[in-house]
Amino acid sequence: MFAQAETVATPEVLWWALVPLLVLAGAAVLLLTVASLVRRLPEWLPAAWTIVAGLAVLVSVVPLWNEVQDDGARSFLAGAVGIDGSTLFVTALLAVAVVATALLSRAYLTREDLPGVELYVLLLLSAAGGVVMASANDLIVLFLGLELLSIAVYVMAALHLRRIQSQEAALKYFVLGAFASAFLLYGIALVYGATGATGLARIAGYLSTTILLEDGMLMAGFGLLLVGLGFKVAAVPFHAWAPDVYQGAPTPVVAWMAAGVKAAGFAALLRVFVLTFGSWSGEWQPAVWGLAILTVLGGSVVAVVQTDVKRMLAYSSIAHAGFLLVGVQAASDRGTAAVLTYLGVYTLLACGSFAVVTVVGGAGDDRHGIDAYRGLGARRPWLAGAFAVLLLGQAGVPFTAGFVAKFGVIAAATEGHSYALAGIAMVSAAVAAFVYLRILVALYMEDRHLEDDDEAGAVEVDPAPWGPRIVITVSVALVLVLGVVPGPLVDLAKDAVPVLVGG
Amino acid sequence: MDAAVFIVSAVIVLSGAFGVLLARNPVHAALFLVQSVFGVAVLFLLLDATFLAAVQVIVYAGAIVILFLFVIMLLGVDRAEDLDVEPIAGQRPLAVVIGAGILGTTLSALLVAVGGPTGAPATNAPLGDAGDNAQRLGEALFTDHVFAVELTALLLTVAVVGAVVLVRRLAGPLQPLPVAAAAPETQGEADTPDEGEGA
Repeated sequence: MFAQAETVATPEVLWWALVPLLVLAGAAVLLLTVASLVRRLPEWLPAAWTIVAGLAVLVSVVPLWNEVQDDGARSFLAGAVGIDGSTLFVTALLAVAVVATALLSRAYLTREDLPGVELYVLLLLSAAGGVVMASANDLIVLFLGLELLSIAVYVMAALHLRRIQSQEAALKYFVLGAFASAFLLYGIALVYGATGATGLARIAGYLSTTILLEDGMLMAGFGLLLVGLGFKVAAVPFHAWAPDVYQGAPTPVVAWMAAGVKAAGFAALLRVFVLTFGSWSGEWQPAVWGLAILTVLGGSVVAVVQTDVKRMLAYSSIAHAGFLLVGVQAASDRGTAAVLTYLGVYTLLACGSFAVVTVVGGAGDDRHGIDAYRGLGARRPWLAGAFAVLLLGQAGVPFTAGFVAKFGVIAAATEGHSYALAGIAMVSAAVAAFVYLRILVALYMEDRHLEDDDEAGAVEVDPAPWGPRIVITVSVALVLVLGVVPGPLVDLAKDAVPVLVGG
Repeated sequence: MDAAVFIVSAVIVLSGAFGVLLARNPVHAALFLVQSVFGVAVLFLLLDATFLAAVQVIVYAGAIVILFLFVIMLLGVDRAEDLDVEPIAGQRPLAVVIGAGILGTTLSALLVAVGGPTGAPATNAPLGDAGDNAQRLGEALFTDHVFAVELTALLLTVAVVGAVVLVRRLAGPLQPLPVAAAAPETQGEADTPDEGEGA
C-alpha cells in the first residue's frame, strides 16, 4: 500500500498573484509568534507592523494590476482562485481600511488601557479573509473567506473586555452571523445540487448553456445565498444586528466593519450574482430590487430618529448598503463599476467618520450621544469641520466624493430602466441628508444653549492622538479632492470590472 | 449476508434513536446516541463508503457526542429534570407537526420525484473499488481543493486567537453601564433613549 509512489498532479500556483494574501496572513502569523516569544514588545510595534503590512499590500497590488490589465484575468489553483481587476481593487480598499483601523486602534488601545497584539492579528487575518472573498473563484473558497473575515470580526467586537456592551455586541453578532453563514452554506449546497459544480466559472458555464426545465432548487439556492450575503452587508431585513453591534463594539473595529467587511461582502455579491448568475439576472434582479428599496428606505428613515451618533452612523451605513445594492441590481458593467466606485468612496467616509467618533467617544468609549457633539464647532473647529465634510460626503452633497458615488449607482439604475428604484434611492438620499444635518446642527448651532447651562454636558473632548488625526486628515482631503476630480477613481473602477476565468 | 448486516445495524440504529428519546437520564441518552452513530457507521461500510464510516466514528461518536457528555457532566445531572413542564409553550405539539412534515416531504421526495428537481444530470460517479474512496478524497483535497484546505489553517488560527482573547481577564474594574442602557429595552430597534445625559 505504501509502496506505490504514484505522483499526484498538484495544481499550478501563481505565487505572484497570491502576494497580497500571503503578506496579510504572513504578517499576522509572524506578529503572533514574535509577540508570544518576546516578553515586552515596544508598545508602538504591533500597530506599526500592521500599517507596514497594509502598505505592502497596497504596493504589491500595483504590479498585479498592471499585469492583469495587460494580460487579462487569471485563474489558478485548480480554479479556486481568480484574480481580476475587481479583486485587486477591493484588495487595495481592504489594505487602506487595515491601515486606517490600525492607526485608530493604537490610540484606542492606549486610551482604554487594553494590552495585547490580538486586535492587530485578528485585523490582518480578517483582511486576509476579505482578500480571499474578493478573489474566490469557487463557492467553497468564498465561504471559507467569509468565515475567516467574520469570525475574526466577532472576536474583535468583544475586544473591550471591560465594557459589557462590547461583549453583548460580539455575542449578538456571532449568533446572528452563524445563522447567516448557515443560510449561505445551504444556498451553496443547493446551487451545487442544481448545477453540479461549486466553481464559479463552471456554474456560469452550466447556467448559460443549459436550459433547466425545473429550477426550484436553483432559485432556492439564489435566495439563500442572497440572505447569507445580505446579512454580511447589513441589508434590510437582515440588518437587525448592525445598530447594536456598531454601538457596542470598539469604535476602530466598527470602522473596519463598515469599511472592510462591507467591501468584501459586496465583492462577493458582485462575483456570485452579477458575474456567475449573470445569465439568470432576470430571476434574481427582482429580489435584489426589493432588498435595495427596503435597505435605502429603512436605513435612512430609522436613522432620523436616533439620538446616538454611533447608531445613527450604523443606520446610515445600512442606507449606504442599499445604494450599493442599487448598483448591484443593475447587473451591468456600469453598475459594477458604480458599486466599486461607491465602495472606494465609502471606505474613506467610514474610516474618517469613525475616526472622529473614536476621538469624541473619549475614555471609556461611551460618549456617543448627540449631546457630546453639541457646540463642538466652537470648541474644536478643526475636528468639527472635518466631521462636517465627512457627513456632507455621506449625504452625497456635490463637490464631495459622496456625490460621485451616489450619482454613479443611480445613473446605473436609470440605464438599466429601473426608474422607480432610482427615484426611491434619490428620495431616501434626501431623507438621509436630514440625519447628517441634525449632527451638523448640533455641531455648529447649539453652542449658545450650552453656555447658558454649562452642566448640561459640556463634554471635554481630548485632543486627537496622531493616529486618528492622520486618518481624519487624509480621508477629508481625499473626499474633497475626489469630489472635484473624480476621474481617477471612476476610471480605475471602470477598469476593475470583474471577469470570470475558468480554471 | 448484506441483508443480515443491514437488519442488525438498522436495529442498532433505531433502538439507539429511540433510546435517545426515551432515556430519563441525559447521560444514558448521549450513550444511546453513540450506539446509533455506530450503527450508521456500519451502514456506511455496507455501502462501501469506508471513509464516511471512519468519519462517522471519529467525528460524531468520538468528538461531538463526547462533547455533549462533557457539557452534561459539567452542568450536573443529579437534579432530575421535570419533563412535564414545557419551557416554551406549545413546543411539543409543534415538534410533532414539524417532524411529521419533514418525514412527509422526505418520503414524497423519495417516492414521487422521479426526474429530480433540477433536470440536471446526476452528478455522482461510480466510486471504484471499496478501498479507493479515502485515497480519492485525499487526492481531491490536495489537488482541486488544496486552497480551501490551506485556508482552514488560517481559520483555526483565528479560532485559537479568539479563544485566548475571550477568556482573558484584564486588571481593573469593569466599566459601569450607562444609566439609560441599564433600563430594560422596551421596543424594537428605533428606541435608544438619550444616553448622552449620563455622561
